[in-house]
Amino acid sequence: MEAFSCRCYQFNLLLVMLFVTADIISTVEFNHSGELLATGDKGGRVVIFQQELESKNQPQCRGEYNVYSTFQSHEPEFDYLKSLEIEEKINKIRWLPQKNAAQFLLSTNDKTIKLWKISERDKRPEGYNLKEEDGRYRDPTTVTTLRVPVFQPMDLMVEASPRRVFANAHTYHINSISVNSDCETYLSADDLRINLWNLEITDRSFNIVDIKPVNMEELTEVITAAEFHPNQCNTFVYSSSKGTIRLCDMRASALCDQHSKLFEEPEDPSNRSFFSEIISSISDVKFSHSGRYMMTRDYLSVKIWDLNMESRPVETYQVHEYLRSKLCSLYENDCIFDKFECCWNGNDSVVMTGSYNNFFRMFDRGYRQDVTLEASRESSKPRSVLKPRKVCTGGKRKKDEISVDSLDFNKKILHTAWHPQDNIIAVATTNNLYIFQDKL
Amino acid sequence: MFPKGTKRKFSDSREEPVAGGEDVNQSSLAAVRMLSSYSLQRQSLLDMSLIKLQLCHMLVEPNLCRSVLIANTVRQIQEEMTQDGTWQIMTQALSAANAAAQCSADRLVATEVLCRQTEAAQGEQVPKPFPVVGSEGCPAEEVLEEEEAAAAEVGMTMSTVSPQAPTSYLPGTFGMDPCWEEEETGEDDDDDEEEDSEECGSGSEGEERERDSLVEDTRTAEQVFGTFEIKNPAPSPDPALEELFSDVDASYYDLDTVLTGMQSVPKMGPYDLLESLSSHGPSPLSSSTSCRSDLNELDHIMEIIVGS
Repeated sequence: MEAFSCRCYQFNLLLVMLFVTADIISTVEFNHSGELLATGDKGGRVVIFQQELESKNQPQCRGEYNVYSTFQSHEPEFDYLKSLEIEEKINKIRWLPQKNAAQFLLSTNDKTIKLWKISERDKRPEGYNLKEEDGRYRDPTTVTTLRVPVFQPMDLMVEASPRRVFANAHTYHINSISVNSDCETYLSADDLRINLWNLEITDRSFNIVDIKPVNMEELTEVITAAEFHPNQCNTFVYSSSKGTIRLCDMRASALCDQHSKLFEEPEDPSNRSFFSEIISSISDVKFSHSGRYMMTRDYLSVKIWDLNMESRPVETYQVHEYLRSKLCSLYENDCIFDKFECCWNGNDSVVMTGSYNNFFRMFDRGYRQDVTLEASRESSKPRSVLKPRKVCTGGKRKKDEISVDSLDFNKKILHTAWHPQDNIIAVATTNNLYIFQDKL
Repeated sequence: MFPKGTKRKFSDSREEPVAGGEDVNQSSLAAVRMLSSYSLQRQSLLDMSLIKLQLCHMLVEPNLCRSVLIANTVRQIQEEMTQDGTWQIMTQALSAANAAAQCSADRLVATEVLCRQTEAAQGEQVPKPFPVVGSEGCPAEEVLEEEEAAAAEVGMTMSTVSPQAPTSYLPGTFGMDPCWEEEETGEDDDDDEEEDSEECGSGSEGEERERDSLVEDTRTAEQVFGTFEIKNPAPSPDPALEELFSDVDASYYDLDTVLTGMQSVPKMGPYDLLESLSSHGPSPLSSSTSCRSDLNELDHIMEIIVGS
């Protein structure tokens, strides 16, 4: 759906829904139709929201989502061998393309991936011959006639059941999962290895990337994110803590340690500092829907790469360049290690990512415009368009501007998601989920 | 701020070269001031990084990406200090210090090297040596800056490599790091806690499914980092060391709880920092240790240090 066909992109966003969650949100993901929105939290729970049917047809409130299903996906575990806890926090959720009435999603914590089936039940069979309605068995001698059980309608029930558990394949912490376009396989990536799974087989996985050095003391680089190409089932990319992205072709060899392409931008010598490597570490990589481009997020910027050009990105957007002079403080309070995600809109014309102070940024690639918006209750008045925010970098602070020193670094937006077809976005602050839609 | 004795000593030695020709010394003094401020900032960044690496939350496995990035930063600083020449000077200072000390137990030690560096203080126009780390596997020492707050302030302004104007340090303090202090195990309880968490974290990791050797991670970090080995303290009362420690203000012992996170049972040998970074393969070093600290060992060490 081309929502911004001919006019200048105005970024008019309205707050439609605000959910307060019990625990810190750790991942947000729309399904392929956009009808469902899944969130995972630090407590191992998954909450699925469903778009309201009525609002789907009313353009004014298409962004109305309500809770559809809630379930406990992962529980905390204890690794007795290492005497360490395994967090139940959901790191990533990825939906499978819908094949039948049921929906399937993969959710993962640090060590274990689970395939969940979410299905609706709105009828139940009644009129058994051998069982009473409450389930007790009837005495066969009392059965004098036979009848055919029939389905009777019942209140809608949404059930989530774990169908597969993919465990014990990762020594290090899983940071990414990605479903292949073949819909039969998926990859899971931890700090040093990437494994390929078949969705049907849980006791075996193939290791396709291994960057663990023989001598762990020589370890200087880790895998930070990985994703399958949206169309080419043989292609995937993975990013590293040194700011490189490697594109691999699974047809080339079983173990894809040798990349087909290496994407890396040469460092700007004028910006060199002790923090250069840390801020170059890529926290997220996402293919465009078209499959022609990919986007990477490092600490200060978002970069768009053309898959045909490895030497440098085709576009670079500064998310919060004013933080460059604060890197030492951000290193001290560990904020420099925050992993921000990024996302594309449905037609790849706009990209979005989060920042601090509950700010999030949108960059229109075509019109070369960008905006800073805030996800907070104070700034989201009902039925009024979100006001752009501005950070004052130095000198006199204008009215409505915020100075860099007033930014709240505890309020960070790490997870954002964009509806695959419509201009509806989901923005997660620490434990609030905001759903915005554009004003038509 | 700094123990007065040390500062005065250094200033005294510093004044001699300045007393001579003025204009030349003024401009070179300014340049040296900038260099020294940069060195201070670099030093504080190094200290901050080392502390970060040690203070992992050992209940859950530490974030490997974060650890690797911090370790790379430390390595970068170390390389730059090697190129500066400060590394070599430091190593020499360390060797001199080590010669007087005997190794018996593993622990963190920071020494007031500058009190002993009479030859280095004469006419030196380059940043002073820091007793930070030694390369080539020689025993290294953990460094503690007394004025962590002040240093942190200085550190906060450093985001690029280019040196900045000096802050509140006197000209006489150019290139000099704030005085070190001995990390005493004053707070045994805190030490135990830190040790608990550290050792729990470096426990065995047997989940590896591949054929990786169980021994590969057990080598010390010294080959790569060279800097994270725990220095063995002086067990016997050394007159030079007594003089060293006499200036140390007891109130700074609170910082020990931070740094003694690296405490380990003395018999273990150098602590393998990477054990905490990786979760691979059980370490023969840590496999023999329990998660509980050995209080008797710590008491023993305390007696030796205090010289009782």
